[in-house]
Amino acid sequence: MAIAILLWCIAALIGTAVVAVAAARSRHAMRTVYALCFAACGIALSAALFHLAAGGGAAQTLTLPLGLPWLGAWFRLDALAAFFLVIVNLGGAAASLYGLGYGRHEPAPHRVLPFFAAFLAGMNLVVLADDAFTFLLSWEFMSLSSWALVMTHHREPSNLRAAYIYIVMASFGTLALSLAFGLLAGSYVQYGFEAIRAAEHEPLVAAFVLMLVLLGAGSKAGIVPLHVWLPLAHPAAPSHVSALMSGVMTKVAVYGFVRIVFDLRGDPVWWESMVVLGLGGGTAALGILHALMEKDLKRLLAYSTIENIGVIFVSLGLAMAFQANAMQWAAALALTAALFHALNHSFFKSLLFFGAGAVLTATGERDMEKLGGLIHRMPATSFLFLAGCMAISALPPLNGFVSEWLIFQAVLQSPDLLEWGLRIMVPAVGGLLALSAALAAACFVKAFGVTFLGRPRTPAAERAGEADRFSIAAMAVLAALCLLAGVLPGFVIDGLAPVTLALIGESMPVQASLPWLTVVPIAESRSSYNGLLVFLFIAVSASLAVFVIHRFASRALRRAPAWDCGFPNSSPLTQYTAGGFAQPIRRVFGTLAFRAVEHVDMPPPGDTRPARLTVELHDLVWEWLYAPVERAIGFAAVRLNHLQFLTIRQYLTLVFLALVTLLLALAIWS
Amino acid sequence: MGDIVFDIAHMLAGGLVLVSFMLLYQDRLYALLNIYALHALMLTLSVAWQAFSQAAPHLYVTAAIALVFKAIVIPVALHRIIQRLGIHREIETVVGVGPTMLAGMGLVALSLVVILPVTPEGDPLAREDLAFALSVVLLGLLVMVTRRNAVSQVVGFMSLENGLVLAATGAKGMPLVVEISVAFSILIAFIVIGVFLFRIRERFDTVDIGALDDFRGERR
Repeated sequence: MAIAILLWCIAALIGTAVVAVAAARSRHAMRTVYALCFAACGIALSAALFHLAAGGGAAQTLTLPLGLPWLGAWFRLDALAAFFLVIVNLGGAAASLYGLGYGRHEPAPHRVLPFFAAFLAGMNLVVLADDAFTFLLSWEFMSLSSWALVMTHHREPSNLRAAYIYIVMASFGTLALSLAFGLLAGSYVQYGFEAIRAAEHEPLVAAFVLMLVLLGAGSKAGIVPLHVWLPLAHPAAPSHVSALMSGVMTKVAVYGFVRIVFDLRGDPVWWESMVVLGLGGGTAALGILHALMEKDLKRLLAYSTIENIGVIFVSLGLAMAFQANAMQWAAALALTAALFHALNHSFFKSLLFFGAGAVLTATGERDMEKLGGLIHRMPATSFLFLAGCMAISALPPLNGFVSEWLIFQAVLQSPDLLEWGLRIMVPAVGGLLALSAALAAACFVKAFGVTFLGRPRTPAAERAGEADRFSIAAMAVLAALCLLAGVLPGFVIDGLAPVTLALIGESMPVQASLPWLTVVPIAESRSSYNGLLVFLFIAVSASLAVFVIHRFASRALRRAPAWDCGFPNSSPLTQYTAGGFAQPIRRVFGTLAFRAVEHVDMPPPGDTRPARLTVELHDLVWEWLYAPVERAIGFAAVRLNHLQFLTIRQYLTLVFLALVTLLLALAIWS
Repeated sequence: MGDIVFDIAHMLAGGLVLVSFMLLYQDRLYALLNIYALHALMLTLSVAWQAFSQAAPHLYVTAAIALVFKAIVIPVALHRIIQRLGIHREIETVVGVGPTMLAGMGLVALSLVVILPVTPEGDPLAREDLAFALSVVLLGLLVMVTRRNAVSQVVGFMSLENGLVLAATGAKGMPLVVEISVAFSILIAFIVIGVFLFRIRERFDTVDIGALDDFRGERR
């Protein structure tokens, strides 16, 4: 029943896309398309929530006579799919709502509207697919429609380059995934997930499948070193699409990983979890370090997405490690934490991208060094952006804290693991996580402080106006969800119970029955967290503090010159900059992570030109991994180019020699 | 009867390979066409013998097609083309005869080495036939590779196709429809190539395909 509703919603989205192609230039197209998308996502969201709230229940399947004639298109709605459908459609509904207002500022709506609806449909289809063919087809559909969205403003050369790198990486990822499914299908060529699940997979084949999935889903999610396209492509799209790509599409990639590794592939081996843990930890730390160095607000958010994906993959790696050690309760905890963090990240990352989009429309600027002081001109946006920053920095009582706390609870179970390698590695990765959590906080202090506080650095920032009511509403809904999920995490954890039950065979203890809505991951004696009490405490103490200050301190409002500490020059340029804020951290980690070099150009005495400090940063992943590959391909292309200009006889000779060589190989080999 | 059937089939197929070698060293165009007619005749005999020994009457049709089109129509037409082009005195040398013959022997050896071990349980007649057919195909390709004149490349191509027909008849499986369609496609290819020959000639005053390369402005 629910699956039929969901498929109808997807059909409606595809239909919207088709209609949008025809009617994109009409006056009401924008509102109609976003309203239709909002309605379709809303219905799909309710269906998925209903399925999840009914305890996951039995999985529903449906086969449509589409796709390969002898196979058909199989769809299945189980607890895992329902959970990710919630993420997809919540993000989709929020983005559609935001688009209702934001879309008015879009100069080329006919390039956005059709692909927006198609993109939503593609992500829904990936999650529902129940055979390899449908999965890959929807995956590629999702990639291509998002690629078209990245290409929206195709006149800018940087966007062209971003889209090019994106499509190369996306094709590479799909190739890896199709190879993975080829291995899973085995010699019996079983492409239905049901058959793959039932089949036994050799350990070596399973290990190869894991590597290929890490390449395929990992490149879509943005695991280092496959992340290079992400900070280019996500900011290039219009902001509500950036929010969808960062907040939702990376989660679909996580879904692909979880579906294949935990559901289809069979039980993991302990060393495999070390690979996932290492990649996740490195991704988290490198992602947030890059984010700290960034001046572009949307690129900063994209890099922070990479960090959060790292956090999620660390948690998934923990779940694999515990599963390999038959510690199902701990594996359930780690998997719940990973999925919870995926949900949370979709909330606050969408919220932050919406905020960045509001700033972009208000000022036309993405560079933080040219913003500042927006809190006076965009109070509602600033407040909601601040909420998102607090949530992503994992401050209680918001949702980011709960999921990261759960992940650390899982890390703390590592002494019970059997293998020494894991026992040593898990705390080390936990240390990396703690580091990246702290750096994330610093990063978002920078993002909020430089963008919204202080004084405007440019006239554009000075003239900014508040965002429209649809954008505010979309951000407010997401901020409220951040607070709700943080204050009442028990309901989310209980909602995830059927997912872990189906994948691992165990679930976390039921939280709803505990007094005072406390969260107890393992046992009351070990650790517990009560978001509601923390929230009440913070609310009460903050109100008291405000009351005390206003009652007993001076109530008079005083206006005084800012920065008036011996500086007669009160230009806004004397303010703290983003680069200045990140400098101490760059000094600590920069030489290692970016091979940072500072050049100081100090003029000699008597010379009146200004002194200059330039910082040179290197993207080591790009320089060591991608640049050599690029050079090798370029070299080979140049060398092979003259094959295009042979004479007829030389072509014949080539064919002839190829034939003879193959025959020789056959003769020698047999 | 078995032995003599096998021997005669063997002899005819071997004869085809031998005529392929003759094609290989023949550098005068008229002689080349005559050899090609002989090649087609050997094919006709071979196919006809197969038809008799396999008691497959439809193969007689194949043999008749080979005789009419390949042994008579195409050589005669090519003769007239050469006359009209006025190139009957041309002599072409790209690779010396010695190395070409050596390469041809190597190819025959290769095809025997490839085919015989991979079909150990097949019918011995079919196996030998297949090995000879592969030799003829490879020798036809070699002719195409070592010639510069477009007409002799056409001849190489036609002899290659003869090898394919030999393989098909030996395999006891090719339906008549396929055989006829292949024969007609060869005829159409021949017509197209003939038209092209005249076009090339019209434009460049020669059918040496080196002129095409010069026209494209590239080194050879």
